Amino acid sequence: MSDLNTAMTERYRNSFLMEVEANVEEGEWVKMCMQCGVCAGSCPLGNAWEHTPQKLFMMIRAGKREAVLSSDAMWMCTSCYNCIARCPRGLPITHIMHGLAHYAKRLGLVPKNQPTQQFSQIFWDNLMKKGRVNELKLGLSMYFKDGFGQGIKNAMANKQLGQNMMKAKRMNAMEFFGGHGIKDTSGLQKMIKKAQEIEDAKYQGNS
Amino acid sequence: MSDEKKFAGYICTGCGIGERLDSSQLEMIATREGKMQSCKQHEMLCSSEGVQLIRDDISNEGATHIMIAACSRRAKVEAFNFTEVAMTRANLREGVIWVRPDEPEHQETTQEMADDYIRMACAELRSMKMPKASGEQTLNKTILVVGGGITGMSAAIESAAAGYPVHIVEKQGALGGQAADYSKAIPTRSPYKEPRDTGVAEMIASIEANDLITVHLNSTVARTAGAPGRFSVDIATESGTVNTETFGAIIQATGFKLYDPSNLPQYGYSKSPDIVTNAELEKLVKDANGGPIKRPSDGKEVKAVAFVQNVGQSSTEEGQLPYHSGIGDLIAIKQAMYFKDQNSDCDTTILFNNLRTPGAAGEDFYRAGQEKMITFSKGNVSEVVPGDSLEVKFQDLILDEETSMQADLVVLDVGMIPNSGPDPYAVPMVIDEEDEAAEDTPPPPSVSVDSILNLDYRQGTDLPHLKNGFTDSHFICFPYETRRTGIYAAGPLRRPMDMRQAQDDAAGAAMKAIQAAENAGKGMAAHPRAGDLSFPSFRMDGCTQCKRCTVECPFGAINEDEKGYPMFNESRCRRCGTCMGACPVRVISFENYSVETVNQQIKNVDVPEEFDEKPRILVLACENDAYPALDQAGMNGVEINPWARVIPVRCLGSVSLSWITDSLNSGYDGIVLMGCAKGDDYQCHFVRGSAMAHERMGKVGDTLSSLNLEPERVVVYEVAITDIERAPKLINDMAETVEKIGLSPFKF
Repeated sequence: MSDLNTAMTERYRNSFLMEVEANVEEGEWVKMCMQCGVCAGSCPLGNAWEHTPQKLFMMIRAGKREAVLSSDAMWMCTSCYNCIARCPRGLPITHIMHGLAHYAKRLGLVPKNQPTQQFSQIFWDNLMKKGRVNELKLGLSMYFKDGFGQGIKNAMANKQLGQNMMKAKRMNAMEFFGGHGIKDTSGLQKMIKKAQEIEDAKYQGNS
Repeated sequence: MSDEKKFAGYICTGCGIGERLDSSQLEMIATREGKMQSCKQHEMLCSSEGVQLIRDDISNEGATHIMIAACSRRAKVEAFNFTEVAMTRANLREGVIWVRPDEPEHQETTQEMADDYIRMACAELRSMKMPKASGEQTLNKTILVVGGGITGMSAAIESAAAGYPVHIVEKQGALGGQAADYSKAIPTRSPYKEPRDTGVAEMIASIEANDLITVHLNSTVARTAGAPGRFSVDIATESGTVNTETFGAIIQATGFKLYDPSNLPQYGYSKSPDIVTNAELEKLVKDANGGPIKRPSDGKEVKAVAFVQNVGQSSTEEGQLPYHSGIGDLIAIKQAMYFKDQNSDCDTTILFNNLRTPGAAGEDFYRAGQEKMITFSKGNVSEVVPGDSLEVKFQDLILDEETSMQADLVVLDVGMIPNSGPDPYAVPMVIDEEDEAAEDTPPPPSVSVDSILNLDYRQGTDLPHLKNGFTDSHFICFPYETRRTGIYAAGPLRRPMDMRQAQDDAAGAAMKAIQAAENAGKGMAAHPRAGDLSFPSFRMDGCTQCKRCTVECPFGAINEDEKGYPMFNESRCRRCGTCMGACPVRVISFENYSVETVNQQIKNVDVPEEFDEKPRILVLACENDAYPALDQAGMNGVEINPWARVIPVRCLGSVSLSWITDSLNSGYDGIVLMGCAKGDDYQCHFVRGSAMAHERMGKVGDTLSSLNLEPERVVVYEVAITDIERAPKLINDMAETVEKIGLSPFKF
């Protein structure tokens, strides 16, 4: 359990709903859900999730902190915005889902093998190195995330695609060695660091 | 005006009547067969010129009875409004030319139809008298309001504002009723975010300051006798004194009681003082006086409260309410707000299954509750376990799991039970024999309900109920009417409602009470035949004291004297004629509507001989719904069979069996009776008329078999005003039936 998680558990012992209100982006909307279930019915991936938004919001009100924050549901959202368009109460459901995902990630409660959150982490790390996404390395990182052997298999399976992309000059093998970036990488890293400090301070203040 | 009758006929040739029909033949029939002393044609009778023609004849020629052959009796009523004469209308437009195709091969039958309607209108006119008030009427403007709660006070204030003196009789020692104990009320004004002040104190103050309103506290109604315009009411005080006052009309606003949840052991109501009903919570909140709300057992400030919704309501189980009061969820939101506003950091959870927030305030108030962090959980409560902290066990219906929550206080949403007094028509409980065999079963508890109005009526002491104890009224058309003319029900004894609805209800009932008092003063019917001066008269020398009229009158208008003869109370009467239909010896009649007026119409239809192969179908159509439906069929060009002859009746309940037997005897081939819907969802304007007719016609099969006729020849239907396609089809179906089974053998 992360330190932040421990602190949050202490602070909001009785009301997970209040914790969500204070810490999750757009979290103050959760209490306005009237449990009609239109979001659940509208979600194109609805039956692939562990919990629908409707259920997730009810779990928040029922204080099921662990179950909500370690759910894979919010990671499965494809941001199609069907739920926002249809919610009769006007809840920004998609944003709440992302807010919950973000909060769960911060608290370190995300299920480790959840692929979308793995991808997000790889993407972020990749981006932070040079200030640009190195597509070759991003692809390779994804191929090899489950070990070397699986990585070779993944690469072979997509061999033809890779060759075609190189022929069409859509991919450059040389990018593997360093690759190009922005002019001032350290400047970007400083900016991000500062932003993270500000955000951390916000959570500390809340906790 | 002398008693001499002078008959005048008028035939309109406008609206295509002149082109489609031979009007000179119609004129000839009116004068020769119909015995009109004069008959005039006009190309547009409803124009000012045409109306003037009739007016001149009335004032210059002394016409006392006029027959207008033009459009339906429901059309142009403002133009053809001659109150000083008796009038009939032959329906040539909607009834004939608009329901028949304009083709040469139909010309003959269409003309025959029109001829018959002229004969019928003339025959009816000849047996009619000019209705006038009986002279028994009295004008008494004072209104009695029984019950001094929100509804009663509003009714009194509204009546007084219209200039009518009011007496309020209240059983308790103070005005205000149940609402007097409430802290706040559901909001009635935008933005519907906060509970509002109940306004009870202001209402009491305005009643006390009003010279037109007299208040009788600690009093009940010991006896109510008389009729609208002359109600004589004994007002008994607790100390035993009795005061007799007279009133023009009465408003019953006796409100409701709350369901007692101690019958439901799972909620533990009787086991812990911290489990309270929604009404009891209001008292706790009032006691807190703006400070934190404390629980009754130990006076601890409430930190967690659970509202259990729908307790003993919308249930199919014995001993619970089969209906839902509708406003319980709004009340719970309001009450949860008390805790959010008065107690610091209090968890408020509303456990509902179906959240209902009706009315203008509903959705906004629900949102406001959510904004205040009231938790709404969809769940079925299975048990409330008493203890220092109460445990509420419930099935969470969204998360689909058995779970529970802790609370310092549990509030039960119990339903409203109308306080309407005993039902005069209640069926005594029948114990079937199998139950009696089991000797150890105790007899069912007998519930005695005290009478509220103590009516001195033959038909019982109180207002009849519809179901579940709510007073009967014509829900769609005349919601405040009860089945006792001049006595109006308002507030939750009609249906469950909140304070705002009760106030609207009270205003409506007050207006109706004023109308009833005024009309009683003029000898006119109050509704639905408002303004009708005719009333039934009883030829007592023919009466056999069978009591059918006194029993079957849906409105309790007829009492009995010591010898069992009917004693009619004109202003209680709604002029439906159900008594006329009930009377087996035909001694009851109205001046302008009687067994004779309809019989004459039936007899004067020209019934062709059998080999002509032109059947005749008699249609007796209720003038409230079925007849307008047929009129609209005409307007929409729906075809009606040319063999049909339609006679409007005041209510199917007024149909005398003699009309059926006489018409069958004189060679009619089929009879179609059209009344309104009956039963719990009845639409009969006279409540029981249609049901009575169905019952009476159930026995007509015997008559038919004694005449050796097929039972299919007489059919009774329930027709709604919207049955524009169906009503004509029912007539056309009968024509097909006649074709199948053959013509009546009774033709001459």
